[in-house]
Order: sequence, then C-alpha cells, then structure tokens
Amino acid sequence: MTRGSGRRPRGGPIVDRWALLAIPLIAFLVAFFLVPLIVVSLRSVADFPKPTGDIFSNYGRFFASAANLRVLANTFWVAALSTVVCLALGYPYAYLMNIVRPRVAGLLLIAVLLPFWSSLLVRTYAWQVILRDTGIINTFLLDWGLITEPIPLIRTTLGVMLGMSQVLLPFMVLPIYAVMRRIDPEYTKAAANLGAPPFAAFRRVFLPLSLPGVLAGSLLVFVLALGFYITPALLGSPKDTMISQFIANAVQQRLDWGIGATMAVILMGLTLVVLFVASRFIRLRDVFGSLEES
Amino acid sequence: MSARSRHWGAAPDRPALALRNLSKVFGDVPAVDGVDLEVRQGEFITLLGPSGSGKTTTLRMIAGFTLQSGGTIEIDGVDMGHVPPYRRDVGMVFQNYALFPHMTAAENIAFPLQMRRVGRPEIKRRVADALGLVKLEGLGQRYPRQLSGGQQQRIAFARAVVFNPRLLLMDEPLGALDKKLREALQLEVMHISRQLGATVVYVTHDQDEALVMSDRIAIFSRGRIEQLGTGEDLYERPASLFVADFIGESNILRGRFEPAGDGGWLVRDPWRWQVGAAAAARASLEGGSAAALVVRPERLRIVGVDAGPGLATGVNAVDAIVRDVLYLGSMRKFELVLPDGNAAVVRQQRGGGGHEGRAGDRVRLTWAVDDGVLVADPHG
Repeated sequence: MTRGSGRRPRGGPIVDRWALLAIPLIAFLVAFFLVPLIVVSLRSVADFPKPTGDIFSNYGRFFASAANLRVLANTFWVAALSTVVCLALGYPYAYLMNIVRPRVAGLLLIAVLLPFWSSLLVRTYAWQVILRDTGIINTFLLDWGLITEPIPLIRTTLGVMLGMSQVLLPFMVLPIYAVMRRIDPEYTKAAANLGAPPFAAFRRVFLPLSLPGVLAGSLLVFVLALGFYITPALLGSPKDTMISQFIANAVQQRLDWGIGATMAVILMGLTLVVLFVASRFIRLRDVFGSLEES
Repeated sequence: MSARSRHWGAAPDRPALALRNLSKVFGDVPAVDGVDLEVRQGEFITLLGPSGSGKTTTLRMIAGFTLQSGGTIEIDGVDMGHVPPYRRDVGMVFQNYALFPHMTAAENIAFPLQMRRVGRPEIKRRVADALGLVKLEGLGQRYPRQLSGGQQQRIAFARAVVFNPRLLLMDEPLGALDKKLREALQLEVMHISRQLGATVVYVTHDQDEALVMSDRIAIFSRGRIEQLGTGEDLYERPASLFVADFIGESNILRGRFEPAGDGGWLVRDPWRWQVGAAAAARASLEGGSAAALVVRPERLRIVGVDAGPGLATGVNAVDAIVRDVLYLGSMRKFELVLPDGNAAVVRQQRGGGGHEGRAGDRVRLTWAVDDGVLVADPHG
C-alpha cells in the first residue's frame, strides 16, 4: 500500500483503492464481533432475572458469591501455571530450533504446529483415551504390574496442564524462536572471546537478549489460557473449573444471560488489565507481530 | 593466573603467536591451505588479501571460533589445539563490533573483567582507565545504540584490551566507517596498540590501511600467504605478480628471462629490458622461463620518442601511446597503452619537469634498471 500511495497522483484519492478490499473483513468484525460485544456489555447491566433498581446488581451478585471468586482466582492460577509449563517446555525447544540446521528447524517447527491441524475437541478426547483409569497409560502400567491401582491422571490439574500446554505451546515457541533468530551469533562468540564459558555466555548475553520473546510468548499463552473452556472441562476436576465453564453453565443451563454476560465482561476487563500492565514492559506490536515472522 | 604472565610483551624471546601449516577445509574447499606465520611480541601484523583469501578464517581459528582442519596454533608457546575460545585469553574486535546491546558501554568493558573474577573496585578503576584510553570518559552509561559508529568502535576496542589479552585480533574493525573517520581511527588504533605494547593481528582488505598501520603485512591469496614483509618490502620488492598487482599500482611487462652475468634480460621482441643483479637473484628464475618485469608508476619517466639515439647505460625503455592525462592536484597521472596492448600508468610529481604528454601522443617510457622487479609469470 505504501507503494501505491507513493504513485498516487497529486490531488488523487487519499485512501488507496486497494484498501477497499479490507471492507468485507471490517464489516464482518463489526457485525459478528463488535455488535455482540456491545450487546453482551449491555445485557450485563440490563438483563436481570428479578428487576432491581441497581444496574450493577449483576456485578453485585457475581462478587457476592465465594464460588465465583474462587473460580475467577482459579482461572488466573491455571493460566499462570500453563504459562510456566509452556515456558519450561518451550524455551529449550526454541533454543534447539535456533541452533540446528535450517532443515531440522523446519521439521521441529512442523512438529510444534501439528496440534493446530487437528480439532481441539478430537485432541482433548484423545487425551481422555490416554489418561483415563482404563486408558492407555494406566492399562499399560497395570498389565506390567508396575502399579496395582490406576493412578489418577484424568480429572487432575496434571491432565489440564497436559491438554492446555499442548495447544498453547506454539504460542510460546514461535515468539521466542523469532526473537532468538534475530540475535546475532557474534554476540555469543564475543562473550566466549571475552572469557565467558558457555553457561555464563548464555546467562549474561543470550538469555537477556531473548527475554522479549519470553515476555511476548508468556503474555500470549497467559491471555489465551484465561479463556480456555473445553480442555479443563473434559480433563480437569471440578476444582480446575475455569470461568468460561461458569459462563457456559449460566447461559445454557440456568438461562441466566445477565450473569453470563457479566462474567464475560469481567473476564474481558481483567484480560485488558493484563495487556495494559504488560504493555508497560513490552511493545504489544512485537507480541502479535512475532507470530507471522516464523 | 599469576603462574602465567598477564602482561603485554612478556617473554620477548618466544613468538606471541605461531601458526604452523595451518589449514581449514570447508566441505572439500580449502579455505586456508598451509599457513605458516610467526608474530613477535608487540608486533602489529596485518593479514591483507581479497575477500575469500582465507584471512578472516585464519583469524577465527586463532580466536578459536573455528577449529582448524590441520596444523597448529601456538599462543605464547602454548598449543591452542583444543583450548576453547574462552580460555585462549585473546581479545577480539569484531567487524560489526558485537557490543552487547543490553549492556551500557561501561558494562560491556567490565564484562571480560567480571568473567576473570576481578574485584569490584578494580573493575571500576580499569573500566575508567579503558574509557580514558579511547577518550570516551563520560559516555560509560550510554547504551551501544546511543553511540555513533566511531564511538562504538572505540568501546569495542576498549573491551578487547581491558583485560590485557595475550593477543589482540581485529577483523576489519574500521570497515563500516566513512573514509575520514577511518583514517583518524587507523592512527589512533595504531598508537594505542603501540602504547600498550599489544601484539596485534589485524585483518583488512584495504591496502592503504595495511601500509599505514602494520609492522609487517602477510598477503593472502587462495588460502596461502603469498608474501610476508614490511610494507616497503611488499611495495618495492614484490615476490610475485599477485603481490605486485595487489599492492599499489604496477606496470607489468611480460617476456622471457635470459640470464647474463649476475643479472640478465627480459626479452620480448623487438624489445629487451635489462634486469638488475639484485632483482635476478631474488627471483632466481631459470633461463627461458616466463617472467614479468614490474615497475612502479612513479619510477617511470616520460620522454619524447625522438629523445635521442641511444639510452644511457642502466636505463630501460618502452614505447607507449598516451590515452589520458589526469590532473590529481599534487601530481599528474598518465594512462598509456603499451605495444602489446596492456595498460601502463605513470605518476609525475608536479614541477618534476617531466614530458608534457597529451592524449594521443606517442611517447617513450624509461626507468632505471634497478627500479625493475623481476617476478615469475604463472600465466606466461
């Protein structure tokens, strides 16, 4: 588009004609994202089971319930835990991708993207088959006599972590890898030349230079994890319940659209707070731009 | 650490660096092919050559970034064969400086001292000294991106010398700077290195830089050292056609060498040119072998074709046609065509009272026999 505007004759249209091609998407976003968002926000202050004078009574109801607050806290806890798990798995993986030959790096990239190419639901049911008491792991261990009773894998936080980190790992690996690839290998060589053994060179030079990728990946994973629904529902115990499940319950079973909308607004508000706080430390452009780069 | 001397110029009896039959093969392409080189303590030596001649690969093997395929590297008499780069105690200034972008200039300079577990007060003192050495006191708290190219180069230099390494390596450190700054920094790098007594191995493809800075220059070509010597050696007494061509401008006359007495003749019908005894001895060519006579542009004089019947003894001559006369301020440069179609160049100091040639003129070029250097002609 910059090329087009460069050739724009004097006095021509301000907007490049090619920009008009974006109109369908803009219309789509307005119709199916912006409008519903406004509707949900309005319902959170206007839709009550019993009419009251207070427009914030839905919010009052939400914060009055200890269970709601516990689930909200749990949502953040599970999201933080997935972020830590993804970081612990993803950083070494990105590091490996960065040091191997480009061909091998390509294969590793495909491996980490594979989960994207199967449906979330199928994948989650597959985890059930693997993890449940009569599943592959427990059957195997029982048959070999290594255990006498099935060990609890499904309906545990471990199960949730397995399912979620598998889905979220690419969002950690890609930004970290994109940043690592931009680190000039001469820096590590210079560190060695100046007397730094490999680990010191990593800790003092490579790690700090890769931190923007770590922050970007962690932010993406954390924010995405906040909205998880199917995986914790199918693989977790009731104590792993996340707020999205509460929203679904409220709307589908209790038909309480007001409280559902309220919880959705609260989740979105808190997510925006996270993004705002993060934006004080990193450029969000880099976070979301880093995905396209690898 | 005290067992091994950490000062520049220690143990002057043994070479600071010795490369023996050093080679490096990438795939099946030899990048460095049997390099022998001894560098004395406190010497400033330059590896000069066109790109791909193996000079940078040699430097990287000395630093330990690249493992040699054959031969040995000794620093201060210690074989560095399998010593990792972080234990070689060699400072390096990288082509793009490689200053750590997340550290200030002072932190960059402190890094090698921290790695050597130098105490905090001493680090502070030595960083300040190093900043003073490169005349950047007061800029220690700046990050590399806040410094100009020349300032970054100085910080990189300070970082590479602050720990008194046994050897200072520089890989085209001035390549990214503009001409004026480059020339100023050439002198500065040279003076500070001398002041520290540092042993320096400097890589460049810029012959002027090499001539200005170096005690000795090693000319690299196709992975080998073509000639090693002082700038004057290389300019006045090139050992091969490649060196003659690479260093400065040369006029090259090809022919066959015919010995006569101590000296001999370079014959190319209908011309023949006398070769001095010293030049013939250095080249030590067999009679009848293809050879070339190299004469520097400022050694040639232009005279009229009708300048007189005979030549004085000890003077050679060849005819040429003037193609261009370029006025260069302090001197005039004549570009000519020799009878065999090759180009020739003559530089005449202003006021030297030379011939006033004009484009198109037929002229005669003369030079003293002793100003001609005989080299083998591999293409002859």
